Amino acid sequence: MINHEKIEKNSILLLVLAIIVVSIGGMVEILPLFRMETVIEPVKGIRPYTPLELAGQNIYIRENCAVCHSQQIRSLRDDVTRYGHYSLAAESMYDHPFLWGSKRIGPDLARVGGKYSDAWHVAHLSNPRSVVPESVMPNFSFLMTRGADLVDIADHLRVLRLLGVPYTDDMIANAYNDGISQARADGDAPGLKKRYGDKVNVRDFDGQPNFVSEMDALIAYLQKLGTDVDFTTFDPNMDPRDQLVNPVPEPAPEPAPEKGK
Amino acid sequence: MTSSLNLTSPTYNYKIVRMFTLATLAWAVIGMSMGLFIALQLSFPLLNFEEFFTFGRLRPVHTTGVIFGFAGNALIATSFFVVQRTCRVRLWGEKLAHFVFWGYQAFVIMAVTGYIFGINQSKEYAEPEWYADLWLVVVWVSYLLIFVMTLKKRTEPHIYVANWFYMSFIATIAILHVVNNLAVPVSWHSTKSYSVAAGVQSAMIQWWYGHNAVGFLLTAGFLGMMYYFVPKQANRPIYSYRLSIIHFWSLIFIYIWAGPHHLLYTSLPDWVQTLGMTFSIMLWMPSWGGMLNGIMTLNGAWHKLREDPILQFLIIALAFYGMSTFEGPVLAIKEVNALAHYTDWIIGHVHSGALGWVAFITFGSLYNMIPVLWNRQSMYSIRLISIHLWVATLGIVLYITAMWFAGITHGLMAREYDANGFLVHSFVEIVQAMHPFYVMRALGGVFFLSGMLIMIYNCWKTITDDSLPVRAVGKGTAA
Repeated sequence: MINHEKIEKNSILLLVLAIIVVSIGGMVEILPLFRMETVIEPVKGIRPYTPLELAGQNIYIRENCAVCHSQQIRSLRDDVTRYGHYSLAAESMYDHPFLWGSKRIGPDLARVGGKYSDAWHVAHLSNPRSVVPESVMPNFSFLMTRGADLVDIADHLRVLRLLGVPYTDDMIANAYNDGISQARADGDAPGLKKRYGDKVNVRDFDGQPNFVSEMDALIAYLQKLGTDVDFTTFDPNMDPRDQLVNPVPEPAPEPAPEKGK
Repeated sequence: MTSSLNLTSPTYNYKIVRMFTLATLAWAVIGMSMGLFIALQLSFPLLNFEEFFTFGRLRPVHTTGVIFGFAGNALIATSFFVVQRTCRVRLWGEKLAHFVFWGYQAFVIMAVTGYIFGINQSKEYAEPEWYADLWLVVVWVSYLLIFVMTLKKRTEPHIYVANWFYMSFIATIAILHVVNNLAVPVSWHSTKSYSVAAGVQSAMIQWWYGHNAVGFLLTAGFLGMMYYFVPKQANRPIYSYRLSIIHFWSLIFIYIWAGPHHLLYTSLPDWVQTLGMTFSIMLWMPSWGGMLNGIMTLNGAWHKLREDPILQFLIIALAFYGMSTFEGPVLAIKEVNALAHYTDWIIGHVHSGALGWVAFITFGSLYNMIPVLWNRQSMYSIRLISIHLWVATLGIVLYITAMWFAGITHGLMAREYDANGFLVHSFVEIVQAMHPFYVMRALGGVFFLSGMLIMIYNCWKTITDDSLPVRAVGKGTAA
């Protein structure tokens, strides 16, 4: 090393060079990923979370479910047979942060939506061993008695819109009501469906018809996971110009001008 | 600068080093006990007490407790010790150093109590929410400032190798922490924030952070410790100065690229996955270069290894470092990763690094440093150091063997097909199969924690027993 001595005798030079050297790898690997169109394949049907689902995702984050459950089906034969189509980048594009996980103490949940009944989820979350005797999962029965955190959910939507999630003014203005009405026992929530699409699950998830609990929120979130994309029509080689990453759900066009309701 | 004996130890700021050393010991007990407890929760789920003491909420208490509490304090303690002695100058910033101490402890306490109450970003090893993250930035930049300013006023012309590693660790952690925690809070009075990046980008940034928290906090920082304490304890110069230079630059350059090996076969673009895997394999070389540089320092003094348990700690640490930096590149190969990812093999890999390398190099260094700090001839009991060594080694062997069994069993069961092309095992059968290994792992934890408690007792006696002989001045006061 001809002139390494120079570096060894100058602390600021050493610091600056070290910072340059450690920055290169990160820049090469991270910066190109922000050219979204090269990273996230075009796919139909991905929509942002409804307010109730978002409240559910926040419970999932709070309880740190991701340390035991992945949400990322790898492109490997056994992963695909066990859990379904491998995960697409687009499917987690509205997750701030990503919840792919790194360890499966329990099974993957990327496509758990629609796999089990709401009643099963209530029983399982309250006491996992009542339905799966070998389970090592903790009980979360307190979710039944606590109201879903919807009071400031509009602020959450607003922050997410700032970060690029395509929530409309209409969605933000109606966030609280949409959150409550998604748990209606009679399934009657036309506004919610207009805004988020017909596929949104509207029902009393936790079996307590007059109370929107954290259990409602978490199950609404779980029942949505992995259900956006219709894999019977999914074409991995679809022409991007045909269906560019389409954040806004099909049936909900631009917010109608008649806003004074 | 001639090294005439114009400096003696009292001019160094040892008080701050003593404070960080005691914090290291305290967080070690907290973090490791929590590790044992959550290991038991996985073996016996009835130990989960909703809503505050479930596995999900306590697991980051363990990881933050050992990474930021134990390892972080150990790094700050030794870096302040080493930088003063190798620069022959008193630490810069008397009051600022105290701020760093209390500010840092406040950060760790804020973080771990937050998890219990459900405040958590769900990013591994970066769980603290935005307000704690901002606070850490202030503390960490102060730490960097103290370190660099102390280097600047050094009286030795050369910056000693250990300090290169310490400085790059401090600077890189600052960068990683800021970028990975970019988030927008819901409001100024809300503890909840949303990460700026989403999905794929969020995953890549998180594992760039996660892998390099290992690479810089748990590796580069502790290599700084190794470069000072191994030669010191062996009383030999480092094996090769030239190798140190190559080791330093290649290690910090290559480490940063390896993050994507946590995301193989996922929705991350293939080119990034391949790049991550390639650099992970390349990383094997600088890692082993550093290991050999440390071990070969004993050249001509191998006999010391027979009777000195402190040296044994340091050298076994290097052996574990060599083992886990070989295992890492192997696990980063796509085909191996397909089996090992999502299983306990990874947990075992992390712990052979964390217990074998990080904790052992720390124990060896603390056993060397504590008598100096409290002005004793040596530790209270050399025999107890030896007992600690073997109890802890047994614990590690139990731990990582259990995790190898568990991980490979999990991986093989998950991919077993019958003749008709159906999966043989449901997931819950895998959960069931893990039980004996989880019990064995917890037993390993019991041993490791017991060793830690022996160390606490030994340190307690060293510090408080005033009948112990005082340190002879002269030998070893100079760096």
